[in-house]
Amino acid sequence: MTRNDMESGSAVSVRGLVKHYGETKALDGVDLDVREGTVMGVLGPNGAGKTTLVRILSTLLPPTAGQATVAGYDVVRQPRQLRRVIGLTGQYASVDEKLSGWENLYLIGRLLDLPRKEARTRSDELLERFSLTEAARRPVATYSGGMRRRLDLAASMIGRPAVLYLDEPTTGLDPRTRNEVWDEVKRLVGDGVTVLLTTQYMEEAEQLASELTVVDRGKVIASGGIEQLKAKVGGRTLRIRPADPLQLRPLADTLDAQGITGLAGTVVDHERGAVLVPVLSDEQLTAVVGTLTARGVTISSISTELPSLDEVFLSLIGHSASAPQDAVPAETHEEAVAV
Amino acid sequence: MSATAVTTELRADTRITLRAHIRHTGALVRRNLLWIRQDPESMFDAVLFPIVFTLLFVYVFGGSIGQSLGGGQDAYVQYIVPGLMAMMGMSMAQGVGTGFNQDFNTGVMDRFRSLPIGRGSVLFAKISVEMVRMLIATTILLVVGVLVGFDITHWPGLFAAMGLSAVFGSALMWVFLTLGVVMKNAQSVQAMGFLVLMPLQFGSSIFAPPQSMPGWLQNFTEYNPLSALADAARGLMVGGPVAHDLWMTLAWSVGITAVMAPVAIHKFRTKT
Repeated sequence: MTRNDMESGSAVSVRGLVKHYGETKALDGVDLDVREGTVMGVLGPNGAGKTTLVRILSTLLPPTAGQATVAGYDVVRQPRQLRRVIGLTGQYASVDEKLSGWENLYLIGRLLDLPRKEARTRSDELLERFSLTEAARRPVATYSGGMRRRLDLAASMIGRPAVLYLDEPTTGLDPRTRNEVWDEVKRLVGDGVTVLLTTQYMEEAEQLASELTVVDRGKVIASGGIEQLKAKVGGRTLRIRPADPLQLRPLADTLDAQGITGLAGTVVDHERGAVLVPVLSDEQLTAVVGTLTARGVTISSISTELPSLDEVFLSLIGHSASAPQDAVPAETHEEAVAV
Repeated sequence: MSATAVTTELRADTRITLRAHIRHTGALVRRNLLWIRQDPESMFDAVLFPIVFTLLFVYVFGGSIGQSLGGGQDAYVQYIVPGLMAMMGMSMAQGVGTGFNQDFNTGVMDRFRSLPIGRGSVLFAKISVEMVRMLIATTILLVVGVLVGFDITHWPGLFAAMGLSAVFGSALMWVFLTLGVVMKNAQSVQAMGFLVLMPLQFGSSIFAPPQSMPGWLQNFTEYNPLSALADAARGLMVGGPVAHDLWMTLAWSVGITAVMAPVAIHKFRTKT
């Protein structure tokens, strides 16, 4: 609604983005598209370049090479226009501790050129919305971690941004507070805000994002829909619950001995009374069921599951880590040192 | 409806007008003043520094240094009060540096930098508030000074000395801003500032006349900009030759600004 002339489709478009710090390549040719009104998760370990990406997209950092536009504005050539359409919530809550929650929001409202009256009503509105009305007049220094993040989100929303960056929004929060922040983010997404979310947590990406870009060492190592990514890694997990829990171990041993399971082998989940069997193909699946029938094991339930995001991520990172171009320079370097 | 229309119109405007600059600076000044309300102890240094320094120097060293000035404690009061006045600008500069550093470390600066405001607004706001603090400190210094016997004879000269101290402080501010951007935390900025300023302050004519110092130190004090500043302030406030020291101070101010302002701005722009 803020920008009708925006080219339909991409709210954020990144092409060949490179950022070098001396020898270090924080970003090494990143391509990325975030469709309007969706949540793009950027998943990667510490030092993958996630924060560098967000900082470039919020004009805090100039790129070494490549192009990036947000809502049609170029990060290098149109920084001022771009700043009007973005909201940024950093890794740590970037709010002023010495001011009250209300003063923080009012300040940002004024800096965004809202008239006094509008800045006031907008601050009240957002505090209400993020359940901070009671704490509105207290200095932020007295807020809990979750309250600070909520205030930080509220501060990012004052200018009604078209694109919101959430840079590891729940890092360092306890699970309950994390859920609170997730709920708020989901509500914002429901309002049609485009979100670029960086995270180290698979669960977070799964909860919030519809699409995912996996980065490692400044490079995109995979991207696509979450389901798509899981399928790419291949394999499903077959969850078998025998009627008799005593059958768990023998069942797992039999399947392992037959060698028809996937690479990882079976896992016994005693807590839920199930055997987890990784399978790579429909043939394997059929073979497992055949074995069960032949052995005459009574089954109370059986289901297939896609692998968790954790598994997807580890397997993708694993591929990238063992890629030869990464291994060679490291070895050469070691040799050089040894000689 | 009309409010939304205004917002949309402002969004379309890409230039930051002078009025917008003033509005942004005003909002940020308000923020820095709210800090003081929230944390009144932050004003302690501005209030206590002039009291403690004046009493300490006048009553501890005043008698003996005064003798070398051809008088007693009274003579020293006339000597030290303008000297301390010269130091006011420095604490202002230091305050701006540490304040900036804190904003960077808490992430607040990231938020400001991602907003469509002129980046100078943050700086101007901080300077304005530190100027207010300097004004308060200077007033207290003069009140305490008068109480221990300082004669204010040249009112215009007094204001000129305050202005000169502020000018020199503004130049020094670029040094502290650079430190504020480069150093890891506010404590290091303060410690570093202390390390640099301490020898400069005492190796000058601020506290004692250099005539009794060894030759090498006298040479140092002669070229020390703080000596020029202190002597200029003295000339302006109690009379005596002014021109040379005044020009020296202004020359130093311009020189420091010319060298350090580009450095500070570059460091600020490229801070990651």
